[in-house]
Amino acid sequence: MKTPLSAYGAVLEARFRTLLQYRAAAAAGFATQLFWGLIRVAIFTAFYQSGSAAHQPMSLPEVIDYIWLTQAMLMLQPWGVDPDVRNMVRTGTVAYELLRPVDLYWLWFTRTVAQRTAPMLLRAVPMLLVAGLFLGLRPPASPAAALGSLLCTATAVALSSAISTLVLLSLLWTVSGEGISRLMPAASMIFSGILLPLPLFPEWAQPVLQALPFRGLADLPFRVYIGHIPAQELIGVLLHQLLWTAALVWLGRRVLVRGLRAMVVQGG
Amino acid sequence: MDTLRLYFRYVGISVRAQMQHRASFWMLAISQFLITGTEFVAVWAMFDRFGTLRGWTLPEVGLLYGLIHVAFSLAEGAGRGFDVFADQVRGGEFDRLLLRPRGTAFQVAAQEWQIGRIGRLTQGLLVLLWSASALDIAWTPARVGLAAGAILGGACTFYGLFILQATLAFWSVQSLEVVNTVTYGGVETGSYPLSIYRPWLRGVFTYLVPLACANYFPAHALLGRADPLGSSSLFQWLSPLVGLLFLGVSLHVWQFGVRHYRSTGS
Repeated sequence: MKTPLSAYGAVLEARFRTLLQYRAAAAAGFATQLFWGLIRVAIFTAFYQSGSAAHQPMSLPEVIDYIWLTQAMLMLQPWGVDPDVRNMVRTGTVAYELLRPVDLYWLWFTRTVAQRTAPMLLRAVPMLLVAGLFLGLRPPASPAAALGSLLCTATAVALSSAISTLVLLSLLWTVSGEGISRLMPAASMIFSGILLPLPLFPEWAQPVLQALPFRGLADLPFRVYIGHIPAQELIGVLLHQLLWTAALVWLGRRVLVRGLRAMVVQGG
Repeated sequence: MDTLRLYFRYVGISVRAQMQHRASFWMLAISQFLITGTEFVAVWAMFDRFGTLRGWTLPEVGLLYGLIHVAFSLAEGAGRGFDVFADQVRGGEFDRLLLRPRGTAFQVAAQEWQIGRIGRLTQGLLVLLWSASALDIAWTPARVGLAAGAILGGACTFYGLFILQATLAFWSVQSLEVVNTVTYGGVETGSYPLSIYRPWLRGVFTYLVPLACANYFPAHALLGRADPLGSSSLFQWLSPLVGLLFLGVSLHVWQFGVRHYRSTGS
């Protein structure tokens, strides 16, 4: 099925604009994340002042940068599925989606990109400003780090959208979909570095953490920003993110084909 | 007595209704167990790396963590009615409650128990039991009573917070998630010793939202530690009662809110 890219562009723009309207929710989210960040900084500071801080894989200022970047980019994480699509599956209006002259996978992927970026931007901009001015978030380690982390964040959007779309597609199987849509956030929370900066996990866990796709969501962009991953290694980082994105898109498309074959449209 | 019986009748109906969707229930419970369990993995990983937190060991922090998580899960499960209350105000359904011959707080409280929250409860209990056995504490009846009191005091405080959050809906049906800073934020803060925080944050969780009274202070009595913040032993033993007080105040605020309620109409 060939569709001009402009169709997806229009969907993206429309969804993006709609989601930008939720400013009160963004303000409340910002306040929550700010408070949460202050608590986390206090906890990590206390740990660093208690144990041997010298031999740690990250210094305390680096961890503090990491925390504020986490708080700013939280909405980028593949948590929560598009409520509209969830309703469509539940009520049966998903049938209309099948009639549209666009590829269903990319249609839902595009919606998800908007879902992941608009709320994130609304919160990230004030958070980076406030944390940068008052709360100890330092600027990127170098111009290369700044550019690199921007690139990595862009690929993180693609990766997060691929994961979210996969979760969305799992909803075509009602019960197991519910499980997947609940477990994926748990996996991404712990394996992306949102809960605890990945370098602080025990050494034996590192190979697993490095192989999984989730670190591309947070850990990699953040550490490129901080300079904890030198700019020379950027290619490897991007490759890790992009390969996983491609794999998950491929998997998502396979799931969609099988899902459509098995789907029974609800309602009459 | 009659009120209590009616309450459990309501609750029984809610529980039975949820158990109709058995697969869904198990999914919710297991996923919540895993999601909240990751939080303790993070705590454990930090102790694995740093060994101690200002002189606190992992089992000691586990005690704080277990107490607050169990307390929160109880309040979260039982207080679901208040959690979804804003939608009832928005839809005008609260009017119906006003017509019935029972208190409004009672009806909102009784309408749902979310049993899927058993996931967090189990996780918190496991951490609590592990800590309780790993620690060198003589579990006399008095100490067990204090631990149970701390959990109930904490549950009352969280429950009070849910009531306050719901009360806000009488004035604004806009997003009320700011209260999450002290509920979910309170769980996070309370999972670690209060003494590691700055004075303003300690103040918030001691005087404004007295979660420390259900967690940090009684834990000192249980552990037999001297409190660097200087609380007395008598206060530590009595502090869970503050949770009851907080719940009472919240209910009064609720009554105040009900008197100022204006239906959305529709």
